Amino acid sequence: MLGGLKSIIVRDLRLSMRRRGDILNHLVFFVIVVTLFPLGVGAEPNLLRSMAPGIVWVAALLAAMLSLQRMFAADHADGSLEQMLISAHPLGVIVVGKIVAHWLLSGLPVTLLAPVVGVQFDLSQQALVVLTVSLLVGTPVLSLIGGVGAALTLGVRGGGVLLALLVLPLFIPVLIFGAGGVTEAQAGMSASPHLSLLGAFLAMSCVVAPWATSAALRVAYD
Amino acid sequence: MASNGYRLDSELSGNWLFKLAAPQAFFPVAGKMIPWFATLAMLFALPGLYVSFFVAPTDFQQGEAYRVIFLHVPAAWMSMFLYLVMAFWAALGLILNTRLSGMMASAVAPTGAMFTFLALWSGALWGKPTWGTWWVWDARLTSELILLFLYFGFIALTNAIDDPRRADRAGAVLAIVGVVNIPIIYFSVKWWNTLHQGASVSLTRAPSMAKTMLIGMLLMALAAWMYSIAVALWRVRAIILERERDAQWVRELRGVE
Amino acid sequence: MNWGSFGNFIHMGGYAFYVWGSYLMGVVCIAGELVLLARRSRLAERKA
Repeated sequence: MLGGLKSIIVRDLRLSMRRRGDILNHLVFFVIVVTLFPLGVGAEPNLLRSMAPGIVWVAALLAAMLSLQRMFAADHADGSLEQMLISAHPLGVIVVGKIVAHWLLSGLPVTLLAPVVGVQFDLSQQALVVLTVSLLVGTPVLSLIGGVGAALTLGVRGGGVLLALLVLPLFIPVLIFGAGGVTEAQAGMSASPHLSLLGAFLAMSCVVAPWATSAALRVAYD
Repeated sequence: MASNGYRLDSELSGNWLFKLAAPQAFFPVAGKMIPWFATLAMLFALPGLYVSFFVAPTDFQQGEAYRVIFLHVPAAWMSMFLYLVMAFWAALGLILNTRLSGMMASAVAPTGAMFTFLALWSGALWGKPTWGTWWVWDARLTSELILLFLYFGFIALTNAIDDPRRADRAGAVLAIVGVVNIPIIYFSVKWWNTLHQGASVSLTRAPSMAKTMLIGMLLMALAAWMYSIAVALWRVRAIILERERDAQWVRELRGVE
Repeated sequence: MNWGSFGNFIHMGGYAFYVWGSYLMGVVCIAGELVLLARRSRLAERKA
């Protein structure tokens, strides 16, 4: 089973590497969105510092969402997804593999870029650490939950916007505790409750999301 | 198993409850039930309104503005309750693979969304005179807003998918995921709200409840519940006709031949 | 609850806008839902 998982991840990564521009575009989008906020609210340092956790997190959410369609759409279009469903591999493994690949290509780069972006907002070192850790734990949850939405809207007209409508409300708890933790760290207090909760969300979605995504894929193909 | 993947009605044999699960059998039954529930709705609404406006006393702190709660609270209760009902029918349809369950979920959704909107609107109109602003990022109102998004998501998804079977089942998965998330969302928003609230009071802390106020809210809530059932039954009849339009019994009903 | 006069009742202690604004929207929503449903129902019964 682990071999099957690895092969799916490697396959998705290899396919995406051929279109390296996509990953870069994704990161550029993230940076642009973050940059929009100071342009919108003014460059007052204290204001920006207090808003930074929310801004970075919202940008991460939006960036995750934009790339979600990619999870299943290409394979659905050329029929390889259907092949995977018929194949001997358990559907759960395929789903987890695709979610991991999605995270490696979207959530992880955003997490790695976040400290750089955070410096723009004059975040303290402690806050930067918490920001990075919160994104590290939180972005997989976005990929997991987002996978359900991507599977539900497979091939449906109005897909991209519909996907956003479905999935953004479900992201809200992750946003609240992710950004909230960074705010706590800024105030010099411990963010471990927030990070623990994010960890709990991750654990929960690891259990629920693959089931829901598999069910949604079966619904799409039955 | 019929060609569209659903169980043939004849396969759901025996038990009258199962017989009722066939859209064709349920259609006339629903039609007979609607007037009863509509009447019940009026029978609760009239005394409810009477108590709300003529029995419940003026509130010491909020004056007459508090009377909005007799609309706001029942609407909020119904918005949450109807989502659970919707998710229940959706899950049932997914498990039992019956057409009617999925139709019931779709029949309930618009009414749920309506009550959610009404709760938000009345919440704003309650908030302005009591707390000075049209919108308060209070835990309950914010959760209510997110609930509206969840309703819109369900309705949008089921409307976007042409095949009714796939639409029902996709909606079901979404509704179940939503139901699991609602407590998490509420908890998160509540936590978020207390962090930023400080000493200020929650918008939805109702005035110290005189018994008459509680009775008024309860009567209005019961009226809303009966109304919702009547409307859902009416809507499911329309959905049945829309979906089953090629069936013999529908064609006979319309006198098409 | 003795309002004294119909005028007082409508006035709602100065909060007429908020109270009636809410209840009127309630009426609009319910009436709207019923009208739309009636139309949908009629269409479903008629369409061949």
